[in-house]
Amino acid sequence: MGSIIVAKRVSKSFGKKEVLSNINLTVKEGEIYGLIGPSGSGKTTLVKILVGMDSDFQGEVEVLGAAMPNMNVLSKIGYMAQSDALYPELTGEENLQFFASLYKLKKEERKQRIAYAADLVKLTPHLSKKVMAYSGGMKRRLSLAIALIHNPQILVLDEPTVGIDPELRLSIWHELSRLKNEGKTIVVTTHVMDEAEKCDRLAMVRDGKIITGGSPSELKNQYAVNHLEEVFVKAGGKNI
Amino acid sequence: MRTIAVVRRIFQQMLRDKRTLALMFVAPLLILTLFHFLFTSNTAENPKLGVANADDALVKQLKDKDITVITYERVGNAKKTIVDDQLDGFMQIKGEGIQLTFENSDPSKTKALQIKIQQVIAAQSAKKQASIMKEWIQHLQKTLNAPKIKMEQVSSPKMHIAYVYGNKDTSFFDVLSPVLVGFFVFFFVFLISGIALLRERTTGTLERLMATPIRRSDIVFGYLLGYGLFAVIQTVIVVFFAVKVLDIMLVGSLWHVIIINLLLALVALSLGILLSAFANSEFQMMQFIPIVIIPQVFFAGILPVEGMANWLQMIAKAMPMYYGGDALKSVMYKGVGLGDIRMDLFVLFGFALLFITLNVFALKKYRKI
Ligand SMILES: Nc1ncnc2c1ncn2[C@@H]1O[C@H](COP(=O)(O)OP(=O)(O)O)[C@@H](O)[C@H]1O
Ligand SMILES: [Mg+2]
Repeated sequence: MGSIIVAKRVSKSFGKKEVLSNINLTVKEGEIYGLIGPSGSGKTTLVKILVGMDSDFQGEVEVLGAAMPNMNVLSKIGYMAQSDALYPELTGEENLQFFASLYKLKKEERKQRIAYAADLVKLTPHLSKKVMAYSGGMKRRLSLAIALIHNPQILVLDEPTVGIDPELRLSIWHELSRLKNEGKTIVVTTHVMDEAEKCDRLAMVRDGKIITGGSPSELKNQYAVNHLEEVFVKAGGKNI
Repeated sequence: MRTIAVVRRIFQQMLRDKRTLALMFVAPLLILTLFHFLFTSNTAENPKLGVANADDALVKQLKDKDITVITYERVGNAKKTIVDDQLDGFMQIKGEGIQLTFENSDPSKTKALQIKIQQVIAAQSAKKQASIMKEWIQHLQKTLNAPKIKMEQVSSPKMHIAYVYGNKDTSFFDVLSPVLVGFFVFFFVFLISGIALLRERTTGTLERLMATPIRRSDIVFGYLLGYGLFAVIQTVIVVFFAVKVLDIMLVGSLWHVIIINLLLALVALSLGILLSAFANSEFQMMQFIPIVIIPQVFFAGILPVEGMANWLQMIAKAMPMYYGGDALKSVMYKGVGLGDIRMDLFVLFGFALLFITLNVFALKKYRKI
């Protein structure tokens, strides 16, 4: 299995405040990689650097072997932002169409992808509504559908299940493992520990540093605990 | 291709937003119409002049000059009489001298009245002079016993007036309107495009776009084309309305007017989206209006720039509306062709090019490509 995303010695500051310090991580092909940490720990900042939205940082990031930002690589990444960046005056369908038209998709394929993505997040009956009339959860789901619209090889999802009801959350995770089995690589951030269990490998983030990493079972064995929360407390405690 | 996607999205958003459409297409027409009636309605009343101790001939001549004359037997306080009787001025003949008092709440009205009175008085004294002369000569002839010569009455020469630009019916509005047409196009395009890109920044969609394979230049050109097409429609509507409905004087070609306005719109568009990079909210975008937009009006040719202090002229030359205003006035009022305003057009095009390039750079804070 090759490395899809490699970050070396990544540091980032906003003004004087260092938000990420010396982050090293490798995401392998076909895995679900989880970034777990409390809010404000730097997950969003890190993820933005990984997808090339922010090039103002120290260190190196390579995705599919290329330095970011790279147009070719960008067209293979599906990104879901933590805050929904949607066009409220447009309908759900128009939002999907707009983002789809930024990728090279044939007309027929575009139609299919829109139908698939909308169905996956259960938005098909609401596609002709304007986004400003959507609830918070519906907006999250539309953002996820947009991330999937071009059938990307890499998915980067920033807190994808916040504000989504448990039933749909389960079906989304189900779909993520199906996509993984298709060979897609997925990076997910979350602050919910039971979601962390579903990842193949984890990196625990606190105050801009990766305090520990590994598969959920490895981590629990290593720290001799039954729950990932305890790993977090123990690993974090060592560092403080 | 991605540029077209941005253009299509802008169209969808604009067509949804009826208020903004109305602002862009209807508001300029309303303001232009208002200006038209403000400057061309000739309902100005005749000035009212109180007169004391004047002879009938003088009063008659004043009346011939469209002055409403009210004669007074005696006056105590001229100023008080003016205020009490709502006069525009008061004239008292005191022996050889004339005492004029003006109400002067509207200096231009005062000037007009004063000129009329001076003309009447000058004509009167010329006549008096002539009759004294005649008497004197007759007296001379009598004493010298010379043969009588007939004195010819000098009639004032008939004046024929010609104008290089405009005609005797030209009003200030005819000079003002080319500038107004250009200014409205400039102002509304600036505001709408600027706020649109700003919204894209504040809602996070601009940043989100950076996670897609769109180029910075795709975004800038998408905005230029998308709002540019609306600007074209707006320009055509405003120009046609001004010329065909308000009957604004248009000596040159309508198409030249449209070309100039389109260039102005392009400058406004690129300036608007550029300045939106320096604003964090719609309110901050509005703050650019007094700083960037209002000064343009002063230097657009409503006030003569040639007469300004040197440093003011320098400022004028840094303003796109200075060139736009000059070009529009030249075509609409003076009727020159494109060749004579090519400098204006070049400079406007230069402004647009500069702002567009700066725009692509301004987006660099998001991403390098
Ligand atoms: N644009 C910004 N300017 C200044 N500070 C920021 C900015 N974005 C994030 N931060 C700071 O960086 C830290 C990490 O934020 P973030 O990456 O959003 O954390 P998380 O996604 O883990 O909740 C926070 O302390 C936050 O205040
Ligand atoms: Mg976050």
